[in-house]
Amino acid sequence: MELILGNLLRSGVLLSAVVVLCGACIYLSRHAHEKANYRVFVGEPSDFRTISGVIRSVRNGRGRGLIQLGLLLLIATPIARVTFSVVGFAIERDRMYVVFTLIVLVILLYSLLGSGIGV
Amino acid sequence: MNVMEFTAVVAIVSFVAGLLGSLTGLGGGVVLVPLLTLLFGVDIRYAIGASLVSVIATSSGAAAAYVKEGFSNIRIGMFLEIATTFGALLGAFLATRIPTSILAIIFGAMLLYSAYLSRKPRSLEQRNLPPDPLATRLRMNGSFPDLEGPRSYNVQNVPTGFSLMFGAGALSGLLGIGSGAVKVLAMDQAMRIPFKVSTTTSNFMIGVTAAASAGVYLSRGYVDPGLAMPVMLGVLAGSLLGSRILVKAETKSLRLVFSLVILVLGLQMLYKGLWGKI
Repeated sequence: MELILGNLLRSGVLLSAVVVLCGACIYLSRHAHEKANYRVFVGEPSDFRTISGVIRSVRNGRGRGLIQLGLLLLIATPIARVTFSVVGFAIERDRMYVVFTLIVLVILLYSLLGSGIGV
Repeated sequence: MNVMEFTAVVAIVSFVAGLLGSLTGLGGGVVLVPLLTLLFGVDIRYAIGASLVSVIATSSGAAAAYVKEGFSNIRIGMFLEIATTFGALLGAFLATRIPTSILAIIFGAMLLYSAYLSRKPRSLEQRNLPPDPLATRLRMNGSFPDLEGPRSYNVQNVPTGFSLMFGAGALSGLLGIGSGAVKVLAMDQAMRIPFKVSTTTSNFMIGVTAAASAGVYLSRGYVDPGLAMPVMLGVLAGSLLGSRILVKAETKSLRLVFSLVILVLGLQMLYKGLWGKI
């Protein structure tokens, strides 16, 4: 069980790093000579703030959309880990820890879906 | 600076931060936000968003190795994650509401505390503590591989540890850091967990804690792909390399240098926050 968890975390991080790297190549090949400006906070457009927006911009072949997809995968990795732990504790018939882990999972899902990212 | 130069320089700085953070065990995230804001003039909100994402990457990458070695205690981690994720959610909502100058002041104070903690000699581990009834009911006591074979330990003061972890989670969500310093306070000092178990378990927890606030940050538009990309890739590469060479490196003088850097960055953040320059 612990071995599966370890591998899950590692492959999740690797996968997201590869996706981010691919996005970086596209983004840099198109925007390399523009001026970088992060001094003023304007917030990201909705294309980079919601799951559906990110998927839409990936379909349109946008590099920054691909980077955000990689970051979403990265955020999903610990959530997948917690989900697996629920199963693990259930197999061990440890009811108390099934409940604890479910509480953590609900908080994580609430933060993802309740924050409006799923729109 | 154009986008290419900016990306390259930020990636190099993040790589060095990740490398030093993992070599000294102080974490790279804590210096990233001040470096991005003070050196590159990045708005602190973008800096926090990018740092938070890199925290998930390094934690999950490192935890994979630790879980296999049998040091981290998944039950302790999961129980305390209830506190840290709740705290992180609260911290992330607060972060979108309070002024950036206050954020900078809290950040500065956190840096000064980390610098102090890194210079303080580690308190002696007490062995053979009596089992605590609550910790026993929660099945937290365990054992880990030590030099002379498996060593068992009994966890103490669960309620105090739990409350401190709520604070650690809130700071993590507020500032986009792993807040390893507060986690050490909760697990080493209050719960009396052996050092090897507490550091690896806390590392295991950091990714889950950060994921709880990352959703809020992403949906509020704090995570910019152009900035998060070099930060995440740089820190990840740096910390992976750091964990490879950790065994051989002489880290004492490195630790001193790094804590001085943290001290200076903390003072600067405080100054900028207090005089409203951020």
